[in-house]
Amino acid sequence: MHKDIIIIGAGVVGCSIARELSRYNTSILVLEKENDVSVGTSKANSGIAHAGFDAKEGSLKAKFNVEGNKMMKKLSEELDFPFKQNGAMVLGFEDDSIDKIEELYHRGIANGVEQLRIIRHDEILKLEPEINDQVQVALLAPTSGIVSPYEMTIAYAENAASNGVTFVFDAEVNKIDRKGHTFVITTSNNQTYECDTLINCAGVYADKIYELVANKEAPFQIIPRKGEYCLLDKTYGYLTSHTLFQTPTKMGKGILVTPTTHENIIVGPNAHDEESKEDVDTSIEGLNEVWNKALLTMPHLPKRGIITQFAGLRAHAKNYDDFIVGYDKDVINLYNVAAIESPGLTSAPAIAVHVAKEVAEKLNLSENKNFNPVRKGIPHFAYLSNEEREALIKENPLYGHIICRCEVVSEGEIVEAIRRVPGAKDLDGVKRRTRAGMGRCQMGFCTPKVMEIIARELHEDITSVTKKGHESFMVDKR
Amino acid sequence: MLHHRLVIIGGGPAGLAAAHGAYEEGERDILILEREEHLGGILNQCIHNGFGLHTFKEELTGPEYASRFIELVKKDNIPYKLNTTVIDVNKDKIITAVNQEDGLLLIKADAIILACGCRERPRGAINIAGARCAGIYSAGTAQKLVNIDGLKVGKEVVILGSGDIGLIMARRMTFEGAKVKAVCELMPYSSGLNRNIVQCLNDFDIPLYFSHTVIKINGKDRVESIVVAKVDEKLNPILDTAFEIKCDTLLLSVGLLPENELARTCGVELSRVTNGAIVDESMMTSMDGIFECGNVLHVHDLVDYVSEESTNAGKSAVRYLNKSISSRDQVLEVKTSNGVRYSVPQLIKKDTDYTPIQFKMRVSNVYKNVEVALLVDGEKVAKKIKQIVTPGEMETLLVKEDIVKKIKAGQNIELTLVKRG
Repeated sequence: MHKDIIIIGAGVVGCSIARELSRYNTSILVLEKENDVSVGTSKANSGIAHAGFDAKEGSLKAKFNVEGNKMMKKLSEELDFPFKQNGAMVLGFEDDSIDKIEELYHRGIANGVEQLRIIRHDEILKLEPEINDQVQVALLAPTSGIVSPYEMTIAYAENAASNGVTFVFDAEVNKIDRKGHTFVITTSNNQTYECDTLINCAGVYADKIYELVANKEAPFQIIPRKGEYCLLDKTYGYLTSHTLFQTPTKMGKGILVTPTTHENIIVGPNAHDEESKEDVDTSIEGLNEVWNKALLTMPHLPKRGIITQFAGLRAHAKNYDDFIVGYDKDVINLYNVAAIESPGLTSAPAIAVHVAKEVAEKLNLSENKNFNPVRKGIPHFAYLSNEEREALIKENPLYGHIICRCEVVSEGEIVEAIRRVPGAKDLDGVKRRTRAGMGRCQMGFCTPKVMEIIARELHEDITSVTKKGHESFMVDKR
Repeated sequence: MLHHRLVIIGGGPAGLAAAHGAYEEGERDILILEREEHLGGILNQCIHNGFGLHTFKEELTGPEYASRFIELVKKDNIPYKLNTTVIDVNKDKIITAVNQEDGLLLIKADAIILACGCRERPRGAINIAGARCAGIYSAGTAQKLVNIDGLKVGKEVVILGSGDIGLIMARRMTFEGAKVKAVCELMPYSSGLNRNIVQCLNDFDIPLYFSHTVIKINGKDRVESIVVAKVDEKLNPILDTAFEIKCDTLLLSVGLLPENELARTCGVELSRVTNGAIVDESMMTSMDGIFECGNVLHVHDLVDYVSEESTNAGKSAVRYLNKSISSRDQVLEVKTSNGVRYSVPQLIKKDTDYTPIQFKMRVSNVYKNVEVALLVDGEKVAKKIKQIVTPGEMETLLVKEDIVKKIKAGQNIELTLVKRG
């Protein structure tokens, strides 16, 4: 199969670039080693649309962060994914915190962040009464937001697919050869794909992909930097409406406490560099570290409210503190989008526009007149009005059959999630798209029912249903 | 909007008994709403026997026990809706429910009985670190997959938690050809019934590790092994006692939580100890005309007690509808002390009209040779002698009518344990 452009990696970076490139007349293929989009870094992160005061002035991080933040609202409406501009605070608890807060304030101003304000104890507690009374000072960033990272990625992917982008899953790239200027890519499913332009969006594997192309060590080494999180039940959503950061100290960057777009509270992450690019196990020590540090922000954080824990890997570049975005200096027609660690999620929309423009200019692509920027999400029964619910059930009675009781997810939503392109193929895929299993019983009741629906919709035996692809079978073969 | 005098949310053992109780008390306008496709609730997947020894004086399987009550409800011609999920109950007792046939249903009820049961605590709630792979099930989910769906959950199994479901599943998985390598229990005692330890573990030589817990799950796609460690008196794992067990399945039987989402949305006051509503002796909650019974109120270990409690709730709801119930303006709190963790009911109405009262309670530790006693202003008015009481077995104390009638407003009422000898 030959395509003009192949993108390796279906995380938020790969999917957003695919969508932005589909604005042009060209052929695009996305190769992904897993069986779904958004299963690496893009699914397990803080889900923050950062304001942009953190990154160094003049860096790509600062530029794309501020741009991405400004794009997020319109984008979330266009692509119909959850986003809320809830505002953030960086909290200072020590006498010298004010110095650090002022530094962040000035950096934010320099980066073009709007509405920043330094506030004191009383105002902080008036805004968020559950914060530790010891707080002295805070940077208030009203433009900071929260976003559902996997729903954003899925939205990008669906919109890309509907504008002609092809996705191939379970296709780990094993070999990349050159035939003249053409890239010849061999994948784990023993297929070969050819393209003229290769965009490397492989996340923590970006260095490995580079090595496959260039046959030499990558100029950038990606160190997987693990972050662990605890997620609290929605009952505790009242704890904060703002995203609460801690002032970085000598002891580290601090732990955030934030609401999610679905009104849970998320606590994390810590940061530990890992050897393995696959290891997303949580550890007792790590989870304790996260929790104990979070108690500084909120001393009464209820441990009994935890419903799940998880870890994600950030794609951190060794000895380099910025995003790597651009055509490769040595390998012709290879475009690297690497080291997209925080604020990568916020930056992705702006990075995508930038990359698409550069690639389109170089390839002299014309505008795709049929491009449709709008994607409608799956209707979420739980969030609809009664009138909307009634209309939906009339149209499709499956919306009247509730499968996940904790999150009130109907069979109609699950079927839709499986039938979309790219669609859910397993329990986790259904979960990310519909929230079935995201609630307080964590799939206790809905597991057997969702398994049944997946098997029915994909015409496979129920024993073939997996949790997350590969060999993650839920039950034994008969 | 539809209207019914009494709506019962949940068609499991609690809802069925409440419905029949209400019918016996003379009520004819009852509706049961059940989210699953059959009446009977979790009993349907409990295909082992041991149910009904108290109620029917015989040993029944779960489905058999359920069918006795389903038959009563059918004989009473009490209407019910299946596959119908209640998504909201408000303060005006307007219920929003949904199903495929009727679409969205709005039902105004004069009285509501919440009988929605409980759910299992998930892995996240007990903070087990490690991988998030396939092969980790709560015991009840595995029970459903095996008993209802006829599927094989795994070959080599470790079970965390020696509650009844965990014990029953140890035997069930063995019958299915799986090797149950260990049952681990965080506490130094089992919270399950003793007969289940004998019949489900000992009979099959399944080792039971007290004061042990799972500290890590290993595996990429599916569970490959788990790490178990001994815990100290504060229940913290002692890391240098850790050992690994190879397995492909981990079943969690780590406690049940009353499912009180609906109670919460309509403003019912909940107990932090039971996670269920705070009720008086009529099983009425803090919301006028809203009652609770069964595992949504507090987790029971015998379904017989659920049936009994729910029958009472059903009858009470009808007395409420007929205005023959005293008001809840003034209530006496039933205090608990000296090892009694909680009592249901937690309150007695000042002019109590339900007599006798069956107090149900759980203790916080294992105690030997004690009296379970009710004190009124320090004076022992009712007692029951027990050789042993354990947190795993619910205790009951029946307080007779003549004693209940003597209780006056302002008196101090206390359920306690008194050491004998």
